[in-house]
Amino acid sequence: MKHLIDILDLSAEEIDELIAVANDIMENPQYYQEKCRYKKLATLFFEPSTRTRLSFEAAMLELGGSVLGFSEAASSSAAKGESVSDTIAVVGGYADIIAMRHPKEGAPLVAAMKSSVPIINAGDGGHNHPTQTLTDLLTIKREKGYFDGLTIGFCGDLKFGRTVHSLIAAMSRYANIRYVLISPEELKVPSYVKADHIKSKHIPYTQTTSIDSVIEELDVLYMTRVQRERFFNEEDYLRLKDSYILTLDKLKNAKEDLCILHPLPRVNEIATAVDDDPRACYFKQARYGKYIRMALILKMLEVC
Amino acid sequence: MKIDSITNGIVIDHITAGKAMQIYHMLNLDALDCSVALLRNVPSEKMGKKDIIKIDEEIDINLDVLGYINPNITVDIIKNGVVAEKKHLALPKELHNILKCKNPRCITTTEQDIQHIFRLSPSAGVYRCIYCDTKAAD
Repeated sequence: MKHLIDILDLSAEEIDELIAVANDIMENPQYYQEKCRYKKLATLFFEPSTRTRLSFEAAMLELGGSVLGFSEAASSSAAKGESVSDTIAVVGGYADIIAMRHPKEGAPLVAAMKSSVPIINAGDGGHNHPTQTLTDLLTIKREKGYFDGLTIGFCGDLKFGRTVHSLIAAMSRYANIRYVLISPEELKVPSYVKADHIKSKHIPYTQTTSIDSVIEELDVLYMTRVQRERFFNEEDYLRLKDSYILTLDKLKNAKEDLCILHPLPRVNEIATAVDDDPRACYFKQARYGKYIRMALILKMLEVC
Repeated sequence: MKIDSITNGIVIDHITAGKAMQIYHMLNLDALDCSVALLRNVPSEKMGKKDIIKIDEEIDINLDVLGYINPNITVDIIKNGVVAEKKHLALPKELHNILKCKNPRCITTTEQDIQHIFRLSPSAGVYRCIYCDTKAAD
């Protein structure tokens, strides 16, 4: 049995397979609509999330399966002090596969160590969010057509932005990648992410605090939200939350085929006027998330 | 200063000067009933100064602790007054229940009965918590 805790649990070939299956699902949805009949997905969300949870649930329902679970720790036995290990031991008896989000980093790994059914990490604090990364990869592949040779800009909270860390780890396996890291000093990419996935692979990168000076170089721009819940100190959050706001004016010098991504939800870091620009891909990205999760569920349940 | 040689026991030698106390605590040597000598700042041709620990009883030593602190430490098992065995150390690939993660967001801070595991990161040569990737504190 295989779990998905970190995007690097999947090889580049396995990711290619998932993307191929997701594309096929989009083209032939009727072929997949009964594939998970009589299978159950448990969504254990110890931390609130609308998008990811609904995406998982929609994915399982479209495969003909059923879903059960909870959407916040307060409505689970965790509120009574139950450990992650015990919760998983119990839920493993009710479901065929578990998607789990937890505010503590590493909680899904603890679950995987105890679980009798496959565990999918649906986000663990500021650490990993591999299915968002699969969504990002599917979007880049569909919008750009290829991975090799892309210059990818990451903008905003690159310190706590788990989707940024996972996407860097995943993209670093492709050839001739270049990164442009745009953030305030306090929210720079952690040194271990740079050491493991950028420097060790001799990938060229630029760090800057200004989006204007680099936007013309980018093939992909990955915007992120400065997340209130990752700060211990409200003052720091308020000081940094509006660091970068993408507007049509800022996009004047960008490439015509730039692909703008955002893991959503957005607060104000992308002006709504940008939504109608053909380069804005973030709502498509959210839609693709369901299809890649369908492909993942099929793979992990070995029904495809 | 002279410390009697031991007949049956363990000598942990070539410890970086100043690190003996850390090893003493991490190996839980304070829980032993036998004699334990902790020598600090002993003159050394090779190291200038070094620390040594002598344990007057043959006990099981967690070599991973010593390998983590410094793989150049030597461990001699003494039997009948002579060196019967020399243990060779290496940087362990994993540390189990030796260090605790300092990241307040890590699951190890709340989950009971969990193994605290740190893994050697091959690219950077540092240990990281397997749960949250936080680097081990020095």
